Amino acid sequence: MSDNPLHVPRASGGRAPDVFRPGGWVPMRQYRESEPVDFAIVGTGAGGGTLACKLAEYGFSVVALDAGPYFRPLEDFASDESEQTRLYWTDDRIVDGANPLQLGGNNSGKAVGGSTVHFAMVSLRFRPEWFKSRTALGYGADWPLDWREMWDYYTEVEQALKISGPVTYPWGPPRPRYPYRAHPLNGAARALAKGCEALGIKWTETPLATLSAPRGLAHPCVYRGFCVAGCSTNAKQSALVTWIPRAIAAGAEIRDLAMVGRVEVEPSGLVSGVYYHRDGAWRFQRARNVVVAGYAIETPRLLLNSATSRFPDGLANSSGLVGKNLMAQSNQAVWGRLEHEVRSYKGPPSLAITEHWNYEDKGKDFFGGYSYMSQGPLPQLWANTLFSARGLWGESLVEAMKDYNHVIGLKIVGEMLPQESNRVTLAEEVDQYGLRIPRVTYSWCDNDKRLIDHSLNFMGRALEAVDARDIWTQDDDTCHLNGTARMGSDARTSVVDADCRSWDIPNLWICDGSVFPTVGGANPSLTIQAIACRTADRIRVLAQRGELNAAVGRRSPLHQRSTEVHRS
Amino acid sequence: MHERRDRYPEYDVLAKWSGPSWNDKTREVIARRLSIAPEPRFFTRDEYDTVVAIAHRIVPQPAGRPPVPIAALVDRKLHDRIMDGFRGPGVPRDADAWRQGLKALNAEASAAYGQRFAALPDGLQDKLLRAAQCGELKSAEWGGLHSDAFFKHRMGRDIVLAYYAHPTAWSEIGWGGPASPRGYVRLDIDERDPWEAAEAKDGSDAAARRSNRRVR
Repeated sequence: MSDNPLHVPRASGGRAPDVFRPGGWVPMRQYRESEPVDFAIVGTGAGGGTLACKLAEYGFSVVALDAGPYFRPLEDFASDESEQTRLYWTDDRIVDGANPLQLGGNNSGKAVGGSTVHFAMVSLRFRPEWFKSRTALGYGADWPLDWREMWDYYTEVEQALKISGPVTYPWGPPRPRYPYRAHPLNGAARALAKGCEALGIKWTETPLATLSAPRGLAHPCVYRGFCVAGCSTNAKQSALVTWIPRAIAAGAEIRDLAMVGRVEVEPSGLVSGVYYHRDGAWRFQRARNVVVAGYAIETPRLLLNSATSRFPDGLANSSGLVGKNLMAQSNQAVWGRLEHEVRSYKGPPSLAITEHWNYEDKGKDFFGGYSYMSQGPLPQLWANTLFSARGLWGESLVEAMKDYNHVIGLKIVGEMLPQESNRVTLAEEVDQYGLRIPRVTYSWCDNDKRLIDHSLNFMGRALEAVDARDIWTQDDDTCHLNGTARMGSDARTSVVDADCRSWDIPNLWICDGSVFPTVGGANPSLTIQAIACRTADRIRVLAQRGELNAAVGRRSPLHQRSTEVHRS
Repeated sequence: MHERRDRYPEYDVLAKWSGPSWNDKTREVIARRLSIAPEPRFFTRDEYDTVVAIAHRIVPQPAGRPPVPIAALVDRKLHDRIMDGFRGPGVPRDADAWRQGLKALNAEASAAYGQRFAALPDGLQDKLLRAAQCGELKSAEWGGLHSDAFFKHRMGRDIVLAYYAHPTAWSEIGWGGPASPRGYVRLDIDERDPWEAAEAKDGSDAAARRSNRRVR
């Protein structure tokens, strides 16, 4: 393809890229900016992409906008670490606090499909008690959701993504079989398993959103190892190749390279649409409802940047909590070297996992939990880890890199506690769109540090148990962001309700990882998608009851389907 | 100079260029990287010479093969405005941080030894770099930039990433390399596909050499 998806929108003129066929296109409905759509959704990742699909399938008119490009996986994704950094959100941002976050691959994405385009595909359910962590476990905050209801939505997402996983999962309440079989273990996963068995705890094959068998035009994972980059074979079940094609087929419009800078509020106090930058100009899309789904930094940034005289502290912020309770997850690691050849660059990096310390509460001196997984860093990432975390350079770096094929590592996804002081605010500087850039402030609390110490100690023992040598710890890494617009059952202590509807403005919704009151010790993408599926169901019910600002629900589905298709 | 290729003798990841391990997009990206001329576009000539000298200390290269043009790779990244996208308060954006850091490092070299960084012997260059790494360089030229942060998050990071983005470095560490559409089949411990690098064992590298010659 000669077009450049980073500079020229691809989803226009009544068509969008066909992500399954080189050079192909699919027809796409287009909506007029001047006529309100039922939903304008800001962001097309795990939250927004999923919601766009479900709402369109329920007959709502949907325009979903994304600041990033519309990639064609089969043509655009080189097997190259440097090239693939363009999938990250690298617009200007300030980081501070006692433990400033490193942003990029671990916690951002700028593309249609959001960070799911390059996520590591680990698809875990939350432990049921986490939804009531304050009541059941004594820390954090309760979610306004019932785990049994979430269990059904998890099943829906696992089926939609054809998650590959074990026949039986060792932790938590029963769940259905994963739709696709588990992937084979690589050397790194084999070592994790051996370590767990030596220490007497359970392990399993990681449930992953990458295909272990063909699905439609997508073929199975070939274990090429570029899993935290764009998947060039479409084995990765990202939002780009799952929810988005479904959304378009159901009549949603996707607008790529469309940066939303402001949500507009009418004198009535309702929102009326979004200002967005596309093709060199600011434009306005009218909407009966706006959903903000920009992830834990861009979501509060947009709400804060949309302040008006009526809402001087930003939209949906009567609680004062927009931007607060930002939560990363701990991502510390223990590394060592085996005499055997491991070559952990092959296959998905996290083929084996233990959630032991997510479900076991005895033997902890901290609140929360962590899982840990096998690792498979590619050369650039590994070299920079040796340099930045271990301080190696010169001959010592070059020599250490020669052991690349013998490296073995275990890395946690750990629960950090919500703290109001960890937050996203607006800096004075502006970005390329003229919008104030975010300042991201982060400091670990004592509980975070105790969890990290516990995990590093335990994983060190696991590596010793497999005869690893030269064991060292990487203690400064984090991953995944959540919080900043938490859900709750009280408008004074949360930003949205259980339906992801803002307490302050009834036609403003937030649907992404921002709504998490706590993060748990498991990767968040499956939960974000499950919440989006639930939100869509709730919106449909509210529309049917007449409790929603939307055309659908007041008309028959047949009428809605016959709505005129506008093409530019 | 030390011998750098003995762990994976004669393994060359580029031998797979025309095979099923490299798709068109990857070839396009790597061809562009391999064709970079060792000339600055972003840096001034003086800055560039300093980067060359620093890169030689951070990732020393053997004399027996064409060097990876680390400084040019870093230069092109800055010229193309490819950035990390986050920085501490008061820290300049990536390109400005580089200019400021190089200026400060040269000022430190002049103040301590009366010469620019690039003109110093290896040992003094290393000494200055170690001082930067530890945050001990604090002259006024650093401004809001801390020397340790510059060393770790900007200068060293960009240099290390540049070197290990090059196929020469991939061959050196025995990485399988780009693998789309072919991928890998043998995944377990001590398993190796025929298109992966064979490691020389116990001083006898004849078998590895033979195997690596056949990698396609």
